Amino acid sequence: MIGPSSRILASTADAARGSAPPGEPRLVGLAYAAPSLLFFTVFGLYPFVNTVWLSFTRWNGVGAAVFIGPRNYADIVSDPGLYLAFVRSLILVGFYSLIPVGIGLLLAALLSRIPIRGIRAFRVLLFLPQTVAMVVVAIAWSWIYSRNGALNELLRLVGLDGLTRAWLGDFTWALPAVGLVGTWVNFGLCMVLFVAGVQKIPLDLYDAARVDGAGPVSEFFAVTLPGLRNEILVALTITVIFALRNFDLVWVATRGGPGDATAVPAVLLYQLGFEARRIGAGAAIAVILTAVILVVTIVITRLGERGQESEAAG
Amino acid sequence: MTVRLERGATYLILAAFSLLAVYPIVSIVLLAFHRRNEPVTGFSIPSQPTLDNFGRAWTEGRFGDGLLTSAIVASTVVLASVVLSVLSGYALGTMRFPGATLIFYVLVSGLIIPYESLVIPLYHIFRAARLTDSYPALILPQIGVSVCLGTFWMRAFFRSAPRSVIEAARVDGAGHLRTLVGILVPQAVPAILTLAVLLFMYTWNDFLLALVMNPRGTLLTAPLALTFFAGSQRTTDQTVVAAAAVLVALPVVLAYAVLQRQFIRGFLSGAVKGE
Repeated sequence: MIGPSSRILASTADAARGSAPPGEPRLVGLAYAAPSLLFFTVFGLYPFVNTVWLSFTRWNGVGAAVFIGPRNYADIVSDPGLYLAFVRSLILVGFYSLIPVGIGLLLAALLSRIPIRGIRAFRVLLFLPQTVAMVVVAIAWSWIYSRNGALNELLRLVGLDGLTRAWLGDFTWALPAVGLVGTWVNFGLCMVLFVAGVQKIPLDLYDAARVDGAGPVSEFFAVTLPGLRNEILVALTITVIFALRNFDLVWVATRGGPGDATAVPAVLLYQLGFEARRIGAGAAIAVILTAVILVVTIVITRLGERGQESEAAG
Repeated sequence: MTVRLERGATYLILAAFSLLAVYPIVSIVLLAFHRRNEPVTGFSIPSQPTLDNFGRAWTEGRFGDGLLTSAIVASTVVLASVVLSVLSGYALGTMRFPGATLIFYVLVSGLIIPYESLVIPLYHIFRAARLTDSYPALILPQIGVSVCLGTFWMRAFFRSAPRSVIEAARVDGAGHLRTLVGILVPQAVPAILTLAVLLFMYTWNDFLLALVMNPRGTLLTAPLALTFFAGSQRTTDQTVVAAAAVLVALPVVLAYAVLQRQFIRGFLSGAVKGE
């Protein structure tokens, strides 16, 4: 359809632009991309735009939504019943993200100088929690946390009978208990990412650090941590976003309770949007949640770019 | 000697963490094999293992229906999303056309917008069309978000495919469709398989969309059926709930056992939707 000369022209133009996709200009590309674009627009983009619109309205799901300006957002800022959901999700970030990343780094530090064979077998087991439906995870852990469950059993075994309780029904302990389930889901992912990453750091760097008199701690900060930058960023992105938006694990484990002790944003969004029929308020929670995730993603990506620049400069 | 000691300690640590990763799953499996009225505590091992609970979960919880619904939803979503993603990834990875960059960024935005922020309008759209509690309600939105990850994934693959292969095909007179189907897709089989297992996992394990789209509860997916069943049974009989949970988790865990390499490649690339 298009002659060879134009192909050569196109390819030189590509080469000059460097990052442009290879191949000739072809309008037929639009036809190939159209079905995906259509599906995402109708079932992704349009609903999202609709959510933004609804967040500025009052609507109970029947009749027409009434525009009320930013009042739903003002409510979220002033009502502890609403803004505390975001505080709780910050606590979950600690459990779902920071603790697993910490565990993974600790292990990577321990293993930095030891070549490991047979890591594959461990990797398969460590990734297992990622594959199990969160609904099932929640039920398995509800059993562990229940009155006769493994946790209380363990406490009785070591003589701490006084501490036993129904963990998910406890106002103080329900949120950390749910958080620890998230720790369990994510720690294997972080460990595998970091242990695999640390094996790629050249041993010369460690030797050089030792020659310079670095102890294990300064070796960790001088060699291991910078060497794992990309892996850390991937792990942080995945786990932080998981923590911020998590619904199924919390919902099945506690329904946001007891009271609203575990009512995180996604739970509140569901309760407001589908149970209380305060659809505008639920939509506003959804918009803020999206904005937070967007900001987190941008910040983490920027951190990665800045690290790369400073490495190139140094 | 110290090297051997270090290595031993390393394996010990890895084994301990692996045990921790597996324990909750093992414990629910053990619970499922207990007899109904056997007293059960945290660490008990079934004295006379039985499969009764699985049979009861299957009939009482209508898990036959739930598993069938999930199988239909997941296979349709995976098949459709993979086909659409291969097409759009091919276009965005190998062709230049007006709007290509914009289309790419629009689709990538779908990787950041959380599903949670779509469900309220999605429910009302399908309700207005009288399509809640239906297969389209469970399937179409899943395809809509899956093509974002899929396009991103396949585009990266097609971009890295050697250009000479594409050019040679064109010189030989192959059209764009024949280049894709005859030459590129056979090379892309590993990438497509990885994408397919990831999408299968996400779709099978999905909970929120199924919950929202089932106001009457007449077309329950397996995870949704499990939560309803657990809600009604938890206090009375944990063993049968455990059996149901095992049934729901089994298809993905089996797929993982068979296709470890594809799953792990997906996880390591960071293609985790986080849900």
